[in-house]
Amino acid sequence: MTQMTQVVAKKQSKPISSYLLRRTKVRLLSILAPPMTWIVGVYIVSLFLLLITAFWNVDPFTSLVSPGFNLENFKMVLTVPAYIATSIRTLLIALAVTAICIFFAVPLGIYMAKIAKPWVRNLLAVAITLPLWAGYLVKIIAMRLVFTEEGFFNWAMAPFGIRGPGFSIPIVILTLTYLWFPYMALPVYTAIRQIPPNLFDASSDMGAKGFTTIYRVVFPLITPAVIAGSVFTFSLSLGDYLAARFTGGATQMIGSIIAQNINLNPPVAAAYSMIPIFFIVIYLMVARRTGSLERM
Amino acid sequence: MKGKKLAILSALSASVLIISGCSSGSEDSSGVSIEVPDIPMHQAMGEFEGELNIVNWSGFVEPAWTDKFTADTGCKVNPRVAGTSDEMVTLMRTGQYDIVSASGDAALRLIVGGDVQPLNIDLIPNFSDDIAAGMKGNVYDTVNGKPYGVPIGRGANLLQYNEDVTGGAPESWDVVWELDTPYKGKITAYDAPIYIADAAVYLMYHKPELGIKNPYALDEAQLAAAIDLLKQQNQVIGEYWSDPVAQITSFVGGNTVVGTSWEVLRKFAGKENLKTTLPVEGSTGWFDSWLVSSTTKNINCAYAWMDYTSKPEVNGAIAVNFGMAPANTAFCASSPEAQAHCDTFFAEDEEFFKRIWPWTTPIETCVDGRKDVKCTSFQDWTNAWATVKG
Repeated sequence: MTQMTQVVAKKQSKPISSYLLRRTKVRLLSILAPPMTWIVGVYIVSLFLLLITAFWNVDPFTSLVSPGFNLENFKMVLTVPAYIATSIRTLLIALAVTAICIFFAVPLGIYMAKIAKPWVRNLLAVAITLPLWAGYLVKIIAMRLVFTEEGFFNWAMAPFGIRGPGFSIPIVILTLTYLWFPYMALPVYTAIRQIPPNLFDASSDMGAKGFTTIYRVVFPLITPAVIAGSVFTFSLSLGDYLAARFTGGATQMIGSIIAQNINLNPPVAAAYSMIPIFFIVIYLMVARRTGSLERM
Repeated sequence: MKGKKLAILSALSASVLIISGCSSGSEDSSGVSIEVPDIPMHQAMGEFEGELNIVNWSGFVEPAWTDKFTADTGCKVNPRVAGTSDEMVTLMRTGQYDIVSASGDAALRLIVGGDVQPLNIDLIPNFSDDIAAGMKGNVYDTVNGKPYGVPIGRGANLLQYNEDVTGGAPESWDVVWELDTPYKGKITAYDAPIYIADAAVYLMYHKPELGIKNPYALDEAQLAAAIDLLKQQNQVIGEYWSDPVAQITSFVGGNTVVGTSWEVLRKFAGKENLKTTLPVEGSTGWFDSWLVSSTTKNINCAYAWMDYTSKPEVNGAIAVNFGMAPANTAFCASSPEAQAHCDTFFAEDEEFFKRIWPWTTPIETCVDGRKDVKCTSFQDWTNAWATVKG
C-alpha cells in the first residue's frame, strides 16, 4: 500500500510528462516544433525571400533595390552568353569533381574496409578526415601556394621536367576535389564495410575477377552511399567561388558572378542563384529515378 | 538579411531622386549639374553625442589615434571594416552608421542616392589650405559646388612589373592590353566594374576618334569599345585580383609579371625586383574622403572626427598606416620619415596626380559635361563587367 502511494506520488511530480502521455497530438507537435521552426523559418523563408528578390528592380542611378515584378533579371541570366558559358563551365567542373571523388573513393574504401590491417585502416580514416579539421580558406590558400610558378609543385616536379598548368580550371577541379573528398570517401567506406565478406568469396568462387566483382557486386550495393556523397561533392562544388578566385586564374564560376553582384545588383544575384538550385533539383530527380534515394 | 532589406526599402522611400542633364542647378567647375536630394547641412556645433559608428577601409581607424579622440570628445568610436566600395555603399544604406571613408566610386553613388549629407566646411577648421589642391572640389565628392566629403588620402593604380623579366619599366599599358604582349598569361588586372575606366583611359590615348574625354563618362558606343578591349585582355590575362594578399603572392610567386597595383602592395611584397611605373597613358586612382550619413544621430561627433583626422599628424598617421598619400600635405614637413613617406606616395606631386583619373561613380549624367547624350550608369558597367570574363 505504501509502495503504491509512492509510485502515484512520483507520477504526480511529473505534470508535463503525464499531460503529454494523454495527448498524443500535443506530444507530436512539441517534438516537431523546433525542427519545423528551423526548416520553415530559416530555410524556406530565406529561400522564398531570395526568390522574391529575383523579380525586384534596381535603380540604375543608385543601385537601390525596390520591390516590383520584372523578368529582366531572369532574361539576362538565361540570354547573356557570358552567364550561360559560366553556368555550363560550373556544371562541368562540379561533375568532374564528383567523378574524380567517386573514382578514388571506391578503391580506397574497398582497401580500407576489406584488405587493410586495423591500424592501417585507422590511420587512413584519420588521414581522410584530417583535412576537415583545417579551415576551408586555409586549404584553398595552401593550394594556391602549392601551385604558384615558384611553388611546391613546380619545385618538386622540376627534376622530371614537369610544370604545373598555372592557375586554371584543372587546378580549380583539383582544389575542389581536395576540399570535398572526405564527404565522398566516408559514406562509401562505411557502405563497403557493411558488405558481408562472403559476397566477395561467392563472387570469386563463381569466377569473377577483381574488377568484375567491383562492378557487379560492390558498386550496386554502395550506389546509395555514392549518391549521398555525390550530393555533397556536386552541390558544394556548384556553389563555390573562392576556389575559383584563388586558384582559378581568370576562371569564373556561378558563385563568382553571384558574389560580384551581391552588393551591386542583388536581384541579378538572386536570379542567378536559381541556376545552381535548378541543377541540384535535376540531379536529385535523376538520383531518385535510379531508386537509390529510397535506399539511402 | 530581412533587416537589411527593410532598411534599404526605408532608405528608398526616404529619398526620391531624379537626375537630369538639363536641370537648372548651379554648375561646378567642370560644368556638370547633377540633381541630388535636398538635404540640409549641419549649421552649428552642439554637444557630443557620445558615440560614432564608422564604416572604413582596413587601417583607417586604429586605437593609436581613436583613443585620443575619444578622450578629447567623449565620442566612443565603433569601426566596421568594409572590403569593397560596394560593401561600403550597402552598409551605409542600412542607416546604422554615421560616417564612411568612401572612395570616389562609392561617394557619388551615396550622394546621388541621398544617403549622405552636404558638409559645412566652416565647422571643420582643419579642412584648410594644407589639404592637397588635387583633392578638393572633385566631381566625386563635390556636387553643384557643394562639398560632401573631407579628403583623407589618395593613391594611384600603377603598373607594377617584375624587372627581372621585363628588363626595364614598360612605357605603355599596352603590355597588359594587347594580344601581342610578351607576358601572355602572366598579367593581372583589378577585379571590379570600375576597372572599365582603366580600359577607357587606354582608349583615350590610343583611339582618340572614340572621343572619350573622361573615363567615367562613357556613352554606349564608348562603353562597348572599352568592353571589347577588356574581352581582348581576357585572352591574355593570368588572373584578376580583388584580394590584395592574392595579388602579392601572385607577383612574388612568379605567376604575374605585369599588372595593376598600388604602391603600398609593392612595398608589402618586399621584393627588389618588383617596381611600379606610371605609363604614358596615365591611369586611374582612388581618392578617399569622409562622408556623413544623412540620417546620422551623431552629427557632432562626426564633424569632430573629420576635423580631428584632418590634422596633419592624425591624417599622416592614417596615410602611413594604410600606405597612401595623405590629404593634409602639412604632415610631410613634420619629420624626415614623413617626408620620405610623402615622396614615396607622390603626396605633394600634383603633376603626378594630374595624370590620374580619380575613381568616380559613372552616372547617366555625363560627368564630362556632355549634354547631348546619355552616359552609361554604374549598373550598365556592372552588367557589362560580368560579360568580360565569359
